[in-house]
Amino acid sequence: MTRILDARQLTPVTKLFRLEAPLIAASARPGQFVMLRVREGGERIPITIADYDRAAGTITIVVQEAGATTRRVCALESGDSLLDVAGPLGSEIDLPPVGHICGVGGGFGSAALLCFMRERSALGDKTTTILGARTRELIILADELARVSGAVEICTDDGSAGFRGLVTGRLARLIAGEGSGRPDAVVAIGPMAMMRAVAETTRPHGIRTLVSMDPLMVDGTGMCGGCRVTVGGQARFACVDGPCFDAHEVDFDTAMRRSKAYVREEKIASDRAGCASGRSGGHASQAH
Amino acid sequence: MPVRRTDKTPMPVQGAQARAHNFLEVNDGYSIAHAAFEAERCLRCQHPVCVDGCPVHIPIRDFIHEVAAGHMAGAARILRSANPLPAICGRVCPQESQCEAECSMGGRFDPVAIGHLERYVADWERTQPLAIESAITETQKIAIIGAGPSGLVCAGELARLGYPVTIYEALHAPGGVLRYGIPEFRLPKAILDWEIDILKAKGVEIVCNVIIGKTLTLDDLTGKLGYAAVFIGTGAGLPQFLGIPGENLNGVYSANEFLTRINLMRAYDFPNTDTPVRVGKRVAVIGAGNTAMDAVRTALRMGADEAMIVYRRSDEEMSARVEEYHHAIEEGVTFHWLTSPLEVIDDGGGWAAGLRCQRMQLGEPDASGRRRPVPIPDSEFVLPVDNVVLAIGTTPNPLLTRTTSGLATTAKGCLLADDATGLTSKTMVFAGGDAVTGAATVILAAGAGKRAAHAIDAALRANGRDYSTTEASF
Ligand SMILES: Cc1cc2nc3c(=O)[nH]c(=O)nc-3n(C[C@H](O)[C@H](O)[C@H](O)COP(=O)(O)OP(=O)(O)OC[C@H]3O[C@@H](n4cnc5c(N)ncnc54)[C@H](O)[C@@H]3O)c2cc1C
Ligand code: SF4
Ligand code: FES
Repeated sequence: MTRILDARQLTPVTKLFRLEAPLIAASARPGQFVMLRVREGGERIPITIADYDRAAGTITIVVQEAGATTRRVCALESGDSLLDVAGPLGSEIDLPPVGHICGVGGGFGSAALLCFMRERSALGDKTTTILGARTRELIILADELARVSGAVEICTDDGSAGFRGLVTGRLARLIAGEGSGRPDAVVAIGPMAMMRAVAETTRPHGIRTLVSMDPLMVDGTGMCGGCRVTVGGQARFACVDGPCFDAHEVDFDTAMRRSKAYVREEKIASDRAGCASGRSGGHASQAH
Repeated sequence: MPVRRTDKTPMPVQGAQARAHNFLEVNDGYSIAHAAFEAERCLRCQHPVCVDGCPVHIPIRDFIHEVAAGHMAGAARILRSANPLPAICGRVCPQESQCEAECSMGGRFDPVAIGHLERYVADWERTQPLAIESAITETQKIAIIGAGPSGLVCAGELARLGYPVTIYEALHAPGGVLRYGIPEFRLPKAILDWEIDILKAKGVEIVCNVIIGKTLTLDDLTGKLGYAAVFIGTGAGLPQFLGIPGENLNGVYSANEFLTRINLMRAYDFPNTDTPVRVGKRVAVIGAGNTAMDAVRTALRMGADEAMIVYRRSDEEMSARVEEYHHAIEEGVTFHWLTSPLEVIDDGGGWAAGLRCQRMQLGEPDASGRRRPVPIPDSEFVLPVDNVVLAIGTTPNPLLTRTTSGLATTAKGCLLADDATGLTSKTMVFAGGDAVTGAATVILAAGAGKRAAHAIDAALRANGRDYSTTEASF
């Protein structure tokens, strides 16, 4: 059992939790995730570690209601417990100091940038964070990210906050020299479509780009192979070799198709978990 | 005088028609009358050659003698003295290539049904009240990595010798392959749970959700956490893929994924449980070991109309337990021998629709001594399938070795460990089971765990730090 020390609603569908997890906090690195389970008979889902505090022995995760399990997690409050939390799993984001690094966060994926941007700033990189969402109220953690990165740029589809348009539009302008200028490396974490668009934006410029893949996972320890992602023509296990991979090598078509394998079942389970509308019907899992 | 009967006393089973659609155990087990009857067949050989075939040298003749005499408690004691997991091994050991292969009755007649008798005695034992107490007398504590059979047995032996033991398990439940791989219809989880309860009663602590190499390192265990010795029983859980086109289509699973979804995550009870699995009408399982047989029979139970084994060699080279093969035939599994998969065909929407195969014939023996399958020209054909399950083998998981310095492995990623003691290249770090041998058997893993427990005990004593009077009893 893992105790929830704090729970804070970030958007109507996104909640931040601080968990008492001293062993995980002690060894977590940016880019890694935990597997969690909320009830007997529950599934194991990957959730990216947004932040960790080694001294306090806590980790922070951000969960968006998307399927049965995330719905059940989001119903929990501080003082409640999660049945199982195992981690830190996966490999840390592996990038030497680069100069100027740009983190791109889409939706709740922004959370995963917290510890990453802090670490890059501490490493001496110049840091820019671009956050994107449909509308103002879905932008999360902008203040927290502003504290750990040199600049934060916000993009909304409807223009209700920051720049109107997609994160890739803003990224293209940076590459062209606007704002904080052309990044030397980009790390994008968010919905698959966004990550793919970021990959296409940086590809012609040869800018090193990493994306955090979010395939369906069962065990998260390299035992099932269900999380395999095709990278550079090779099958790689996201839970062991990833979840971050070279964006220009990832086969997004296959990844998107595989992530939708259980849409029908996820809707059934999600409806059961207590939501009549069965919103989005997308992933039951969310590694960021 | 022993009674000569030529045939094994048949195992009562659930009818094939019914059982192909449920997860209840296939074998019902002997009654006391069956057991007595079968025990009488044993010749009580002067030199019981059956024991030579047993990897842990159970005094087979002696326990069978007790059964024949109606002394079940004595039989149970003898069994357990040599095999800490008799109820499990009675069900899953490949007896036909171990004890029963050697039995003097064999050849002319059926060998004595040693496995069925082992199971009978162990099941009898489970009906008895448990009188186990924790007897931790030592102060030096020992850490075990992985709660599969090797780790569980090592822990049980060490606890019996008086050591405080903690098992660290990566998953949310202990058991290893016994939990996530071998299905309920062959090994009811209640039996595994019973064994685990015994361990806990002996004082063994099991900590789940800790991945050594991630949550803690091996050096943390011997360093800041102060364990005097470590046993690694992390198994060989990394599934292999064929690398053929279409392997990443939806509906293609590794056997580990397929079985884990169903056994560990209980997808058979979806949507009461949350983990789904898609099983279509026609399921092809590639491979012919125990894992393949479990997967193909599980597919039937999950509602497949046609569940098939596709194997590039012939039934002669099949490595599955022969009883499972017979059960699979009875349940209606179909077999495509000498058939090699070339490609999984897309239904146009990203799901598997067929398996393009090629017929093979057996050529010269290869390195493994088995005749090498060679393709027959122009023999390609397509099997229409909805699912493909790959059961072509597993290798040790690299999570631990990648993050531990000084732990020597073979080229295939197996840990290097001394045969007799399990000692690895690191001081006071021992290993056994599939992590050392590559995918093998429950009894070999159990035997390695037990040997390592005694080697750990001996090493701690030799270190002379903590002398107590407990006797090692091999
Ligand atoms: C489907 C299937 C059917 C089988 N049928 C038979 C059969 O009929 N008869 C037979 O004799 N054998 C059978 N086998 C083989 C047998 O199950 C294995 O040989 C045996 O389980 C090996 O035991 P083990 O203790 O070495 O490892 P495992 O059973 O693999 O257990 C290893 C455990 O370690 C855990 N672990 C791994 N890495 C870490 C880490 N870094 N930190 C913490 N924990 C970790 C794993 O989660 C797992 O629980 C079968 C195997 C499969 C897959
Ligand atoms: S070899 Fe067969 S007949 Fe002889 S003691 Fe063993 S089980 Fe009995
Ligand atoms: S989730 Fe099972 S191998 Fe990655």
